[in-house]
Amino acid sequence: MSVRRIDQDHTRFRQIVRGKIKQNLRRFVSAGELIGKQGQKYVSIPLPQISLPKFRYGDNKKGGVGQGEGEEGQPVPGQGDGQGQAGEDAGKHVLEVDVSLEDLAKILGEELELPSIEPRGKKNIRAGAGRFTGIARSGPLSLRHFKRTFREALKRQIASGTYDPERPIIVPIRDDLRFRALQTRQVPQAAAAVIYMMDVSGSMGREQKEIVRIEAFWIDTWLRHQYKNLEVVYIVHDAVAHLVDQHTFFHLRESGGTKISSAYELCLQLMRDKYPAAEWNVYPFHFSDGDNWSSRDTERCVDLLRSSLLPACNQFCYGQVKSAYGSGQFKKDLDAAFRGEEKVVTSDIPDRDGILQSIKAFLGKGR
Amino acid sequence: MGNLTPELATIRDETRDLAKSYGLDFYEVIYELVDHDELNMVASYGGFPTRYPHWRFGMEYEQLSKSYAWGLSKIYELVINNDPCYAYLMRSNSITEQKLVMAHVYGHCDFFKNNAWFANTSRKMMDVLANHGARIRRYMDRHGVERVENFIDLVHSLDNLIDPYSPFIKRDDGRRATEEPAAREVKKIAAKDYMDRYINPPEFIAREREKMQQEQKQARQFPPKPVRDVLKFVLEHAPLELWQQDVLAMLREEAYYFAPQGMTKIMNEGWAVFWHSQLMTRHLCEASEIVQYCDTHAGTLATGPGQINPYKMGVELFRDIEQRWNLGRFGAEFQACDDPERRRHWRVETNLGREKVFEVRRIYNDVTFIDEFITPEFAEDQKLYVYGRNPNTGQIEIIDRDWRKVKEQLLAALTNFGNPIIRVVDANHRNRGELYLVHDWAGADLQFEHAQLTLQNLFALWQRPVHIETLEGGKGRLLSFDGESASMKEITPSQGGAVALGQGTPDA
Repeated sequence: MSVRRIDQDHTRFRQIVRGKIKQNLRRFVSAGELIGKQGQKYVSIPLPQISLPKFRYGDNKKGGVGQGEGEEGQPVPGQGDGQGQAGEDAGKHVLEVDVSLEDLAKILGEELELPSIEPRGKKNIRAGAGRFTGIARSGPLSLRHFKRTFREALKRQIASGTYDPERPIIVPIRDDLRFRALQTRQVPQAAAAVIYMMDVSGSMGREQKEIVRIEAFWIDTWLRHQYKNLEVVYIVHDAVAHLVDQHTFFHLRESGGTKISSAYELCLQLMRDKYPAAEWNVYPFHFSDGDNWSSRDTERCVDLLRSSLLPACNQFCYGQVKSAYGSGQFKKDLDAAFRGEEKVVTSDIPDRDGILQSIKAFLGKGR
Repeated sequence: MGNLTPELATIRDETRDLAKSYGLDFYEVIYELVDHDELNMVASYGGFPTRYPHWRFGMEYEQLSKSYAWGLSKIYELVINNDPCYAYLMRSNSITEQKLVMAHVYGHCDFFKNNAWFANTSRKMMDVLANHGARIRRYMDRHGVERVENFIDLVHSLDNLIDPYSPFIKRDDGRRATEEPAAREVKKIAAKDYMDRYINPPEFIAREREKMQQEQKQARQFPPKPVRDVLKFVLEHAPLELWQQDVLAMLREEAYYFAPQGMTKIMNEGWAVFWHSQLMTRHLCEASEIVQYCDTHAGTLATGPGQINPYKMGVELFRDIEQRWNLGRFGAEFQACDDPERRRHWRVETNLGREKVFEVRRIYNDVTFIDEFITPEFAEDQKLYVYGRNPNTGQIEIIDRDWRKVKEQLLAALTNFGNPIIRVVDANHRNRGELYLVHDWAGADLQFEHAQLTLQNLFALWQRPVHIETLEGGKGRLLSFDGESASMKEITPSQGGAVALGQGTPDA
């Protein structure tokens, strides 16, 4: 069998899956249902649209027949959409298709027309794992390369005139021996760090955090697709900033005042200590509802950004989630202070449907 | 033939001879030894590796491969109704499992050959499907993969709308009426010749005649009787291109080939289990293999709460039938007896059991099988129950253990083999060439979302607005798709589409 028929059909199926995901990306993104299903490398995506519709009975069938112990009136365990018959379609569930995060990122990229990110000219050179593709004149006998050894011997014999085509006997001498050798390839590698900062003051509610979470998931997916090793750091702040883990980041609910500069200071410190601009592509993201404690603090933020943060990062993104209490002033201040500054991207996220737009604003520049 | 190892070939010969000695009668069986990946592949194609290309098979393959990789399920055996029968054995199965599978396969092959419902299936389906594959590939080359594939999608969406009994009955000879009704003329009012022009003015007569013709035209129904084979109706009357007609005809043929397997799932599996257990326990199993055999066998027959395992149901019924006919528990006298104690201990040495099960496997299908042979004792022994949603708690509960209810419920689920019965009632609805279908409601509502989508697919074939009449919670509903928007209206349910028809009765 050369190319198996099933492989063609399987490829076709994957293509169709991809198309469906693309079509419904907006819905998947805003529903946030994918995130819970995330495995190491794959995401299971429910795709009810892919099965062919037929005239068939709904779930309100009168019930079914079962077999086993139990009194009348006793609940039947494990019985969702009971179809007590032997039909072929009995109890079919919604089709879930596994898609790799890599693919998902590509789909997101195609759909939002995101440009590939160009790392800022600094490339970490990393030695890739070696493969035995080279040839050396010395080495252990177990790595002897027969073909090359005999070819060398043949060359030598012809050159020295000892080769007789009538009796083609080739005897390698020590000098002819060739060995397989490790060859390491230099692989350019870009390193990136994402620093998420979130306002957890009283005004950020559960829905606001959910929006941040969904957006962070997609940004993560995209950036991971662009960089081989991505480091992610989470900072939460109200009046003071803390470095936290992912779980805390999304679940913590503090209350209290808001001092955004505290987060920026912590971010700056991190960038100085761990992610110097010479080696890292740094992407700080800040999500807030736009309420800051005082305009003095906002001025301090602008200063910090201008003097230290911006020169050291690829792009600074500020997403303003709309909440019932926030004034939304901070975005206006940033926009006013950094008009024309390419490195600062701000975006409004009014609700879940705004997530895609915001992602496009953040990642659409390819920086 | 096949690629069996010498050891397996010996087992095959032994099993085959044993099966024959018990009176099983089958076409030659060719076994192919395959690994799990090949088996998943063949299974995705419904057993026919040469089928036409379609993404659905790729989807099937992905699911099978995954559930095999995760250890959730494993296909033991796959056998094809064909002459010769092809059966696939998984290479990684143990010898015990291979014995079991072979014995099981001979049961299926005997069933395929002898059961009346398979009488009209092609026994050269391997070749037929390979031809279909080649033809559809050619159409794809000519008209583009996407176009052909989309068309196949449409047909698949409708391929349960066939008439599984039609291979056995001639429904319609194509003629509308037996004799032409007497010619009707506009009645004139009697008048003297010279007054006729005034009393019966020619314009009036012409107008009346035209009206009458109109009425006659409307009375001409199309189709004259409701048609259950919607696929055939579409094939013959929808504006399809030649290649589309050919593809539709091929897929319809395939649907009819697979239909009897759906009609006899319980019996077919039951019969195969019946024979593998006989052959294994009496002959084939070595003492050392008994535990493994039992383990596998028990796995096959396992029942979960809230569902019926066709293997279990089938084999228990066959065993019960054999026992009953051995002990004389049949006939008018037994039927009439309603003393449970006497029925339980009824014993007349008739020894007709073996003969009876062979007869049953020949002439019954799942519906008649369940209807005829579930007895109060059987329902009790097998602990059968009816479950349903308790309207108060919303929970799924055991409702009843009464054997009549159990049988009723099973039959309801098996009617038309789990598919809704849908007929074409009017192909010229509102005199605008719209297609009007009626769902023969039998207790369960349609899934409306799917129904709407299916209508859209039907529209793509019919190319005029399509409608389906059904009930929801006892109220009449008319679902329509007119090419742009889908709609659902409340209507007064017509008895079998009588409203749409204006007359006429549904066929049996």
